[in-house]
Amino acid sequence: MSSTTNPSTHHTSTIGAIGAPSRRNTELALLVFAVLIPVFAYANVGLAINDEVPAGLLSYGFGLGLLAGVGHLVVRKFAPYADPLMLPLATLLNGLGLVAIWRLDQSELLQDIEQAGTAAPRQLMYTAMGIALFVAVMIFLKDHRVLQRYTYISMLGALFLLLLPLVPGLGKNIYGAKIWIQVGSFSIQPGEFAKIVLAIFFAGYLMVKRDALALASRRFMGLYLPRGRDLGPILVVWIVSILILVFETDLGTSLLFFGMFVIMLYVATERTSWIVFGLMMSAVGAVGVASFEPHIQQRVDAWLDPMKEYTLSRAGVTGHSEQAMQALWAFGSGGTLGTGWGQGHSELIRFAANSDFILATFGEELGLAGLMAVLLLYALIVERGVRTALAARDPFGKLLAIGLSGAFALQVFVVAGGVMGLIPLTGMTMPFLAYGGSSVIANWALIGILLRISDTARRPAPAAPASPDAEMTQVVRP
Amino acid sequence: MNKPLRRIAIFCGLLVLTLLIRDNWLQYVQADELKEDEHNRRVAIERYASPRGDIIVDGKAITGHATTKGDFKYKRTYKDGAMWAPVTGYVSQAFGATQLEAIDDGILTGNDDRLFFRNTLDMITGKKREGGNVVTTLNSAAQKAAYDGLKKQGAKGAVVAIEPSTGKILSMASYPSYDPTVIAGSNDAAGEAWNKLQKKNNPDDPMLNRALREIYPPGSTFKVVTAAAALEHDLYGSADEKTDSPLPWTMPGTTTELKNEGNLPCEDATLREALRVSCNTVFGKVGYDLGNDKMLETAKKFGFTEEQFVPVRSSASVFSDDMNDSQVALSSIGQYNTAATPLQMAMVTSAIANNGTLMKPYMVDALQAPNLDTIEKTDPEEMSKPLSADNAQILQSMMETVVKDGTGTNAQIDGVTVGGKTGTAQHGENNSKNPYAWFISYAKTDDGSSPVAVAVVIEDENAVRDDISGGGLAAPIAKNVMEAVIDSKK
Repeated sequence: MSSTTNPSTHHTSTIGAIGAPSRRNTELALLVFAVLIPVFAYANVGLAINDEVPAGLLSYGFGLGLLAGVGHLVVRKFAPYADPLMLPLATLLNGLGLVAIWRLDQSELLQDIEQAGTAAPRQLMYTAMGIALFVAVMIFLKDHRVLQRYTYISMLGALFLLLLPLVPGLGKNIYGAKIWIQVGSFSIQPGEFAKIVLAIFFAGYLMVKRDALALASRRFMGLYLPRGRDLGPILVVWIVSILILVFETDLGTSLLFFGMFVIMLYVATERTSWIVFGLMMSAVGAVGVASFEPHIQQRVDAWLDPMKEYTLSRAGVTGHSEQAMQALWAFGSGGTLGTGWGQGHSELIRFAANSDFILATFGEELGLAGLMAVLLLYALIVERGVRTALAARDPFGKLLAIGLSGAFALQVFVVAGGVMGLIPLTGMTMPFLAYGGSSVIANWALIGILLRISDTARRPAPAAPASPDAEMTQVVRP
Repeated sequence: MNKPLRRIAIFCGLLVLTLLIRDNWLQYVQADELKEDEHNRRVAIERYASPRGDIIVDGKAITGHATTKGDFKYKRTYKDGAMWAPVTGYVSQAFGATQLEAIDDGILTGNDDRLFFRNTLDMITGKKREGGNVVTTLNSAAQKAAYDGLKKQGAKGAVVAIEPSTGKILSMASYPSYDPTVIAGSNDAAGEAWNKLQKKNNPDDPMLNRALREIYPPGSTFKVVTAAAALEHDLYGSADEKTDSPLPWTMPGTTTELKNEGNLPCEDATLREALRVSCNTVFGKVGYDLGNDKMLETAKKFGFTEEQFVPVRSSASVFSDDMNDSQVALSSIGQYNTAATPLQMAMVTSAIANNGTLMKPYMVDALQAPNLDTIEKTDPEEMSKPLSADNAQILQSMMETVVKDGTGTNAQIDGVTVGGKTGTAQHGENNSKNPYAWFISYAKTDDGSSPVAVAVVIEDENAVRDDISGGGLAAPIAKNVMEAVIDSKK
């Protein structure tokens, strides 16, 4: 970008493009903290529970440090201008999640649930796989615009992933939500991967269609109404979301995909009417499905009156769960400063204490202060993602970055809001914190793609483009 | 494209802000409410997280603690649990707490407000929270004598012994009893044991504290209350003046003759003689002559009609206030509606032995902090004065005659003056059920003070009716309890 000769083109970038420092050393310094903080937390858990520094401290610290180091070196080599904050933030959350999972592994009460006591080593393995995928993205994805070529393959891929849990014999129903598949001894949540693939499809599709969707519209009551035939795509995505809701009975996944599409549609077309349409369609879909789907109804009931749900569950009535109330008690018992690592009783949540409900452990043991810090870490990742979208020079990169960041933000909101009783519970997990291979691996890939986009955005331009309006000339049609 | 991007950024910011506000609501505004919610298991976990303080008798703990599996760390154990159960009650991880364990729970767990400053200091210095102790007034030798006596009879019953000069409860036994240790945990075994102890599964109802919570018709032992009323209301001036007592005596308003147990010399008998042989006609007539109001007044002064708190609650003993003449007569010999807890009859005896002054009965001498500092000490307290010292001494001499050469000879102790009264209370339709055997007594030392007053009741559904009499079944237990107290003072 020729900012020195034509300052007016600065509108696409909030980060200076020419001579921008790579900030790799900043990233390294932050990474040191991102590794040390979980190591101290790990020691803290051991001291609280067993009165001794845990034996695995060195190997754990070394493992996390090694993974972070590999990530850093790869970024330094293959994406030197990438955002310096995202890798440390993801490492910190991942490390803290490992500590919380290990802490719950120690609980006697949770010894009867699946993979009891061994979740932390497994999660470390998943983390290694996640970092491996991250490294692969860094090395093999030289330019995110390559992804544009796979727009329609991505669509098919996303549909395939979303439909997988419905395949008989492969899909697995865990506590009512059918968003899992079983491969050998591994449970995989294809929705986590579909999130990324779908974002690629939406970005590619909308980049091509944005003009048609944005310009051909009629004005009605202050809103630009799209033409009937332009409503097609949003209707298709809406119907797919409703189908997910009906057949996989998962409100979270459904909301996430539809929300992501609406956000990207709005950014692509700059038409507020899409937001209004999107909200209306979400409301109609959610209320419509909730009126006949018992699993969703139960989630809503548990949200409206968790104490009643607890009482029913205690009385042995099937189809009720005390988890929602147990989570609220965990948060309340943590208070302002929390009980300290290892000294809470979030294991009372039992099933999914270390996955969907892991935030309750943070709430109880680190208190309001610690949980707000964790939420702000997520906010920072989202902020860096949005900043990457702003800095990106090509519309595809912008759309992809905002799609991924927006989906990330929605996921954090839907999960944290669900666990904290703000909205009905859904079957999704906190990115990086929660136990679960699919989630960790997919989110590391997500960070990888965002870093790639930010590297491209912040990289000093090798030569001035022919036209000052870089945005319009970089459109590459698939 | 950047304008909508910035708006989406604001939207994401709002999402996070909503979460932060919700978090503050949960963990700040609602925190205490959630934290102290009775259904929140953390409340119970905290409760059993440290060893509970002990209940002390004669300087020794009759309780202990054991570690348990699961998230409740400590559970209560009891030494001679069955013997002490009426005193301690129980505390169970699964079934809560009762009686002393419940009343002084704050001290025993260390949560009491009076320990707040100490707890705060401990928190700063990193010391673990501990429970304080409850020091009781009980006498272990007397308790053992009482419980073993009941156990030997193998019949349901209860014993209460009180130190008349202070109101200290020295013994409180109930039989059949139960060992609270078996229900202290929260495992299946505890649940099974609990079910076995419930009244619906166990007709003996071992968890009933008969000393405090069962009311029995007191039968002839109530005659000492009637005698006290006669002296206090000046119906008769002394133990040895002739009473106006015809034999046979038809109860006013009825055609029914009030019967004595056998052919007794009850016509115009003195109060002393009437008490010695236990004349129904004399005391029935006394009650009729005094009337409902005066009888009730005296009975109330002894503690009837009120629940007592020692500090464990006892049932209220009964003397009705709306009876006709014949009902008053029957009530005055401990029948009709009249009913008393063993504690109540021990209180009657102790008031007489303490020269007419009834001391408020209590069984917690002191509450101790974990470091054994006394937090609260119970001082003896006068509850009422049912009769004058002179009248009390007249009544004492009458009761001593009963033991010396009346129905209560089984309670005689060498070298000790003993006063007592037997009772054989009839109950059921037409007195069809087996009677209760009562014995109340006190011992008096050479200086005229009384170290112990005791009430014993035995209900025996299996015994032959004639075999049951206060003197035969209950008096030997009373004697052993009194001896145990006297021996322990030497």
